[in-house]
Amino acid sequence: MNMENNRPETVKSVAGGMAIDTAVTGEKNLKMDGTEETTIKMSARNLDVFYGEKQALFGIDLDVPEQSVTALIGPSGCGKSTFLRCLNRMNDTIDGCRVDGDIRIDQSDIYDRALDVVELRARIGMVFQKPNPFPKSIYDNVAYGPKIHGLAQDKDELDEIVRSSLERAGLLKEVVDRLDSPGTGLSGGQQQRLCIARAIAVSPEVILMDEPCSALDPIATAHIEELIDELRENFTIVIVTHNMQQAARVSQQTAFFHLGILVECNATNEIFTSPSDERTQGYITGRYG
Amino acid sequence: MTTGHHIVKSYDDELKALNDTIIEMANLTEIQFESAIQALMNQDTELAYKIIKDDDRIDDLNHEVDEMTMKLLALRQPMAMDLRNVVAAIKISSDLERIADYATNMARRTVPLINEGTVIRPIHNIPRMGEAVIEMLKNVVDAYIAGDADKAVAVWHADKAVDEMYVSLFRELLTYMMEDASHITPCTHVLFIAKNIERMGDHVTNVCETVYYLVRGEPLREDRVRKTRTDRLLTDDIETKE
Ligand SMILES: Nc1ncnc2c1ncn2[C@@H]1O[C@H](COP(=O)(O)OP(=O)(O)OP(=O)(O)O)[C@@H](O)[C@H]1O
Ligand SMILES: [Mg+2]
Repeated sequence: MNMENNRPETVKSVAGGMAIDTAVTGEKNLKMDGTEETTIKMSARNLDVFYGEKQALFGIDLDVPEQSVTALIGPSGCGKSTFLRCLNRMNDTIDGCRVDGDIRIDQSDIYDRALDVVELRARIGMVFQKPNPFPKSIYDNVAYGPKIHGLAQDKDELDEIVRSSLERAGLLKEVVDRLDSPGTGLSGGQQQRLCIARAIAVSPEVILMDEPCSALDPIATAHIEELIDELRENFTIVIVTHNMQQAARVSQQTAFFHLGILVECNATNEIFTSPSDERTQGYITGRYG
Repeated sequence: MTTGHHIVKSYDDELKALNDTIIEMANLTEIQFESAIQALMNQDTELAYKIIKDDDRIDDLNHEVDEMTMKLLALRQPMAMDLRNVVAAIKISSDLERIADYATNMARRTVPLINEGTVIRPIHNIPRMGEAVIEMLKNVVDAYIAGDADKAVAVWHADKAVDEMYVSLFRELLTYMMEDASHITPCTHVLFIAKNIERMGDHVTNVCETVYYLVRGEPLREDRVRKTRTDRLLTDDIETKE
């Protein structure tokens, strides 16, 4: 068995006070049965988030395994987006938002004062619910990030980054002969893939997605899901979704949030076949609590 | 087992209808099985024919379950406990359908056995074996209704006694056949009947495993007390392909 390329299938539950305090990001964690290793790409420990006086997240402990998809599910207002925004410090931009606790990527504290936030956001890309291309050409939408981060030496290299990003986002074929037309002129599904191309153009390590398919039809959704599955080979993905089937289809690990707490986090197939918490069961089966 | 109701009420109704159909199937299967033993012991040809005819009703219910589950999977996309419930219904109904088929096979064997005329002694072991399996069937259906995983495990263990009864009956029949060649035909019928009952017990244990998974969300993984090699050969070697 090739230990290096193993995708983590199971990550031990981090809810319910299991012995995870020793988990360190960026280190291989040997599973209990010693057969498989998973690398923790990002981790949150004892994370509290406040909007002014109001507390939105309570003591969240969660590990995000590398090169896999983690789905965040839970009722509206439970704090999924809040958690996601902590991972790339997007909450810094919200007035009155305070974040306590520890968040690490590859073992380093992302709230370290010495850390450059712009560089952090290049390592951790984000795709939003509503596709939000810049009012520029398709080419410039994708070229923008590599340009400001100085990732290309010359025009040829930049062209190549744009081409390969569009290719990986599964959009190249559809737009190859109109790279100069505005990104806003694409269909919703194409715009979302453009935003994904833009996110991957800077070669991030982690991609955060907040309900990326909620505005898309089933075909466009299937394209994005297929894309997520491919991206997982190279990236670590955290996705918020309200669609249980989507979470089940695309993720390897699922975390269920409820009223600001992390109720349960486990291998996706466990969560959707036999969740251990009644609240998770009630939510995913569509029962009232 | 179920906590709370679905927000969409008709979903609850559909799941309930599914469970009710399984229970109806189980009740009919029990009746078929009990009748099969009765027909044999009372030499009741008429009852035997009735059993053969009534099997259609169970096949129909099995198809109903298939349709209901397909519809639930396609339209409701059940998750977690609901998903296990639907999958369990598919599995349990097909095990019940098989058990009922074995009851029909018993009835089919009973007719020529009655016509044969000779009553052979070992036949008197059949009701005891049959009752043991009927008891298992009743208990596992109770376990299904109550969501009682422990009870399902207890039933699962009870199958061992049935296997033992089969093995000892098999030996008795062998001796009997060797004593007198004219016993061979009736003994063969009885042997097949016993084999049918033994197979029913195996299907009941499948249901036990399904009920256990339904309730606990994990497979029943207790290492079954292994039969000795010779006993295994004896129980496995005559497969009733009727
Ligand atoms: N900018 C903000 N200012 C004040 N409160 C906020 C802000 N953003 C979120 N909240 C509050 O924090 C809580 C968590 O919100 P969050 O947006 O993280 O929920 P969510 O799980 O993403 O919900 P949804 O599924 O509806 O997107 C909610 O009670 C919300 O009202
Ligand atoms: Mg949100």
